[in-house]
Amino acid sequence: MKMKKLLSLVLTAAMTATLLAGCGNAEGSADVATTTDGSAVFKIGAIGPTTGSAAVYGTAVMNGAQIAVDEINAAGGINGMQIELNCQDDECDAEKSVNAYNTLTDWGMQALVGTTTSGCCVAVAAEAAADNTFLLTPSGSAVECIAYDNAFRVCFSDPNQGIASAQYIGQNGIASKVAVIYDSSDVYSSGIYEKFAAEAANQGIEIVAAEAFTADNKTDFSVQIQKAKDAGAELVFLPIYYTEASLILAQADQAGFKPMFFGCDGLDGILGVENFDITLAEDVMLLTPFAADAQDELTKKFVATYNEKFGETPNQFAADAYDAVYIIKAAAEKAGLAAGMSPSDVCDALVPVMTEITVDGLTGEGMTWSADGEPSKAPKAVKIKDGVYTAM
Amino acid sequence: MSFISYLITGISLGSVYAIIALGYTMVYGIAKMLNFAHGDVIMVGGYVVFVAVSNMGVNPYVALLISMATCTILGVTIERVAYKPLRGTSPLAVLITAIGVSYLLQNLALLIFGADTKAFTSVVNVPNLELFDGQLTISGVTIVTVIACIIIMAVLTLFVKKTKAGRAMQAVSEDRGAAQLMGINVNGTIALTFAIGSALAAVAGVLLCSAYPSLTPYTGSMPGIKAFVAAVFGGIGSIPGAMIGGILLGIIENLSKAYISSQLSDAIVFGVLIIVLLVRPTGILGKNIQEKV
Repeated sequence: MKMKKLLSLVLTAAMTATLLAGCGNAEGSADVATTTDGSAVFKIGAIGPTTGSAAVYGTAVMNGAQIAVDEINAAGGINGMQIELNCQDDECDAEKSVNAYNTLTDWGMQALVGTTTSGCCVAVAAEAAADNTFLLTPSGSAVECIAYDNAFRVCFSDPNQGIASAQYIGQNGIASKVAVIYDSSDVYSSGIYEKFAAEAANQGIEIVAAEAFTADNKTDFSVQIQKAKDAGAELVFLPIYYTEASLILAQADQAGFKPMFFGCDGLDGILGVENFDITLAEDVMLLTPFAADAQDELTKKFVATYNEKFGETPNQFAADAYDAVYIIKAAAEKAGLAAGMSPSDVCDALVPVMTEITVDGLTGEGMTWSADGEPSKAPKAVKIKDGVYTAM
Repeated sequence: MSFISYLITGISLGSVYAIIALGYTMVYGIAKMLNFAHGDVIMVGGYVVFVAVSNMGVNPYVALLISMATCTILGVTIERVAYKPLRGTSPLAVLITAIGVSYLLQNLALLIFGADTKAFTSVVNVPNLELFDGQLTISGVTIVTVIACIIIMAVLTLFVKKTKAGRAMQAVSEDRGAAQLMGINVNGTIALTFAIGSALAAVAGVLLCSAYPSLTPYTGSMPGIKAFVAAVFGGIGSIPGAMIGGILLGIIENLSKAYISSQLSDAIVFGVLIIVLLVRPTGILGKNIQEKV
């Protein structure tokens, strides 16, 4: 019996020791900021779902960021530092996202492009604020994503998307009777819905049905669709992600309900759903800051590179991530970052200059930021025509 | 008119719950265990059809048969490997094992197919039915689901009542020890029950994915839990009970979505379970067995 006790004590001691040793290693590796050939590097981490229900977003973010990193590195890097990009999957799950963030911290990340989705971003933002790590989310649109001083975003916030959608529908006279189907268990979706409902009243839009669903009950939309149909909705507003939207489009078609559909950036990616009948998405409108068919030089070059590398047309998320890397570059150059700075020092240097820089990107010209982290740029609407996103 | 529409979609949803609940209730009736992996067998059935139809171009009806065969083998294997060695031990041990099998299947699917949602191409090609000048549209899947449920129910009842194997099931369910003494192959009968239950799970999986065309490794878990509620609601162990419980549950879920709140429907469904357990612990058609002193 005594032997057993002794053994367990020894084992516990060994475990504690390895635990502490792990901490020591992590701190040590953060200081080593050079590539194998000895040149200085700047470590950027990216987090997003590359598998799971929102995989299209995360994959697009990783691809978009990679293109920007390759371009910058080929052109000499940031202040002579080559960028090293490390992408982590979070499956659109807040807990896994924090794990991914911790993995990147251990790796020595100096700035974060992420996370891709709102729910995860809210969780990671708190961790990043505690560590004082610079966070720039390409597409986390919930208000809380950038609640802390160290966090900024590239995309529009949910309130902005909700207000802009209502204004767009009202000012262009698209519809006056609108039904909304939204996910009440998701901050992104319910955030847009609330602002949309508030602004709709000012625009003379009548919300004839506001139907919710939750994460546990997101395959059967027959009742929500039937209620929208009975209420005589001319347009159904879908402030949700594309996976559920594809089901709603299919079930509305089954129910013989053919209204107009209008969504936000969450619908971007619907054309990429495996096995989805894209004719169902014909004429669907969505508010997004990026249209792949735009004719400016920057967009044309980006779309061509993306097509060549990944064999598909980039969506808004890829463009947001591409811009995010360039925004970090612009801020880092303005702040005069040097090699080997700790993540906390990088953050302290980048935050004040964010409000001073102006970036011309894929998702907007002359983008500027306010101290609370919100970007300022003009929204665009696109319509799906013959299976491609077309500017309206 | 919309009330009728809600009712019909409710019956359709309930029919899927009923088919799944049959698997729960039969296994419970005969093996006296809750097979919590049943919901995940549905998911496996869905993936088999998905792979056969979308990746290999097999005819959807042939794919359904392949899926039923696969699930049957899977169900019997699970029973042999995971449950049979534990027969006679504490019921809790089997219950925990069943939950373990459930996670195993989910994570295997996650490993093989990834977590991406697959858009399931509907196996059912029945056109929509339009009534009253298009005021009421009943989708083809709904009609097929309800008819399939009624047929399965009738065949199963006849099987249990009229065939030798069916009567063996009844005997094992009533008294396993006595049935064995009468020369009934108890292990064979339990394996047969798992085989039938799993084949039904494959059918339910295909109908579920045809009606709501999205397939993920977690597709089966929520319908599985609701079907379990349906089985308890109708009286676990009773075949007509599973049918009534399933359909009532589907109707309650859809009507509460329509008239109370689309967010609260799940809470109401599980609230019903609590009320049933308080008022009538054996369910609607459950047998009230008196404790013998």
